[in-house]
Amino acid sequence: MKELINSVEAILFSSSRPMKLSEIRQLLSLQSIDVELADIKESINALEDRFDNTSLCILEVASGYRLQINSKHSDLLFPMWSETNTRTSKALMETLAIIAYKQPVTRGDIEEIRGVSVSSQIIRSLLEKDWIKINGYREVPGRPALYKTTNKFLDDLQLKSINDLPILPESSYDQEEDYQIKIG
Amino acid sequence: MKSLKETELPLFKGNEITELPDDLFIPPDALEIFLDDFSGPMDLLLYLINKKDIDILELDVSEITDQYIRYIDFMDVLKVELASDYMVMAATLAHVKSRMLLPIDSEEEDEEDPRSALIKRLQEYQRFRTAAENLSIMPRIDRDFFPAQASNPDFTNKETKTHLVVDDLLNAYIDAASRPRFGDDHIIDFEQLSTQERIEIILEILSRRNIVQFFKTYKASEGEQGVIVSLLASLELAKNGNLEIIQSDESNQFYLKSIKKKASTNERAH
Repeated sequence: MKELINSVEAILFSSSRPMKLSEIRQLLSLQSIDVELADIKESINALEDRFDNTSLCILEVASGYRLQINSKHSDLLFPMWSETNTRTSKALMETLAIIAYKQPVTRGDIEEIRGVSVSSQIIRSLLEKDWIKINGYREVPGRPALYKTTNKFLDDLQLKSINDLPILPESSYDQEEDYQIKIG
Repeated sequence: MKSLKETELPLFKGNEITELPDDLFIPPDALEIFLDDFSGPMDLLLYLINKKDIDILELDVSEITDQYIRYIDFMDVLKVELASDYMVMAATLAHVKSRMLLPIDSEEEDEEDPRSALIKRLQEYQRFRTAAENLSIMPRIDRDFFPAQASNPDFTNKETKTHLVVDDLLNAYIDAASRPRFGDDHIIDFEQLSTQERIEIILEILSRRNIVQFFKTYKASEGEQGVIVSLLASLELAKNGNLEIIQSDESNQFYLKSIKKKASTNERAH
């Protein structure tokens, strides 16, 4: 068991992305180590205990289990990473929010809500970050691409599923509301 | 109502633009900042409404329209492409405003408030704007948390370092520079003199006399080419056994001597 824990640790440490239990099992089986998914899960739990007093932690996200630096050290690390551009514009985040909550959507759908044409740069940037992907085309004239969020998007926001997103604010609009007409 | 100073103002290099006057004058230079600060016409409109601290449902179209148009007046000049979206909103506002000014037809009581479509859109937009703000503050990779990894080096992309010595570089250059230029045009000269023709001439001469000095088989005016053609013709004939090439001992001259052949060889020459 201890050997398995170390093997799992090695895999999580060396992979540059989250690993699924099944992926870990497959890697182990290549070395003729046949274990159940439950055993691997147990190893991960044991690893979490082992990391208790260290700077490491394990987090489950959409694409599997990821070894992370405990976020209490983030401020310490941020200056080292500041060259990677993590800034996102308001327009980009609005576009992403619409795709995330209303997926799949076309550019037209996004433009209708935002009241502004969606710049290709924003879509390209989201595609490059691998946060969105094209998921088919709407069968209307022009066959516009339908956009969906990816597992990478969930991974990068530490989410397990799209349902873990904060709840979309309710519309306060009431159809029966009687407006007081003001004429200026 | 909140005073202007208490409301959220656009940021310029991290500082609030606190000097925004009440008449909403924006110096043209500030427009780019202004455009960056609002994600679109809906954002601007919501800003104007929130600034008044009124509910969207209480929207005073007339007042908002005037303010809005003052804002976008500057854009018209500066960023036409981006401004077009703002112009569409201005037109929508003006349309709503004009409908508000029309007397209400008492017979059509159930007529919808002219503002309702716009208000619906604003509220829908506001939901997603809030959602976007929520997304922005969620912990994000490489910003708020960092994966721990000791990834193996990328072996497929291994580059060997080259150690360059000046001499090697110079030699490589000389080598490249002195290489034949295969890419260059080269002109093909058509043969002025034909070897086949020369063979016939030599055979013709040898049919009349048994032996001939080599230099008599070409003209001086034919130059180097004449010599070569005669030599090729002689060698060809010697190979076929039509003649013998003899060199005299005392001079550098050589002679072409006929070999008695069957009629077939003569025929071939013709």
